[in-house]
Amino acid sequence: MRKMTVALEGDTHVVVTRRFAAAPKSVYRAHTEAELMQKWMTGPEGWTMPFCISEARPGGQLRCEWTDGKGGDFYLTGHYVELEPFSRIVHVERMHLPDPTPDNHVETRFTADGAGTLLTMRMTLPDAETRAAMLATGMEEGMEASYARLEEVLG
Amino acid sequence: MQHGLDAAFSALADPTRRAILARLALGEATVMQLAEPFAMSQPAISRHIKVLGDAGLIIQRVAGAKRPCRLAAHALDDVDRWLAMLREALSRNYERLDGLLAAMESENETDSRGKDLTCAR
Repeated sequence: MRKMTVALEGDTHVVVTRRFAAAPKSVYRAHTEAELMQKWMTGPEGWTMPFCISEARPGGQLRCEWTDGKGGDFYLTGHYVELEPFSRIVHVERMHLPDPTPDNHVETRFTADGAGTLLTMRMTLPDAETRAAMLATGMEEGMEASYARLEEVLG
Repeated sequence: MQHGLDAAFSALADPTRRAILARLALGEATVMQLAEPFAMSQPAISRHIKVLGDAGLIIQRVAGAKRPCRLAAHALDDVDRWLAMLREALSRNYERLDGLLAAMESENETDSRGKDLTCAR
């Protein structure tokens, strides 16, 4: 039921959907309030997000820093473009490894779905080449593996 | 001058260059060996090899008349880290978010209990 889907759209988009058993307001808050973001946007097992700035207003800054506690660190910077509480967020982000990845333009929608929420995240990469490279290097296979794990967890 | 990661992504965008990298993952190969599976002239393959070399993904050495190529160590580390982050982070994050949302919703119910008894879902 809560299966994540990933689909390609046009030349430069990747669309991710996922259902949550909570109202859109809660899911939206979990995406915009730094204190909440630090609790779940922590990435791979063993990583934490000790620092997060999320100024949820148009032009507001976004900065997240992750660490594995063993000297592995990276961070994300970006800014908010548009916000419609509690239904839509548009923001731009890039990872710093420390080299910055290409800008990812992200529109996230929160739609009431029964008692829960359907989340639709639409990523727009700068060009078809970047998306092709991203997918060709194994994201699709990785996603498949992730779904399989998710299904195991959710039974 | 292209950024390291940008150059890597541009280099990876071409299917022939990805195939060349896949072949080199098995070990060093000469330009002629690399050209074999493709319906392409050797100069065309050499151009692809130059792009991969400029992006720092492969290293070419001189051995007599031959110019064997091999994968550069750690060439794809940055790209791999980003992709690993994307795929791992998404599914793991969402599993964690399920738990957080359950906690938020039960907190909301506790907060509003007494104020609004009709809000139970």
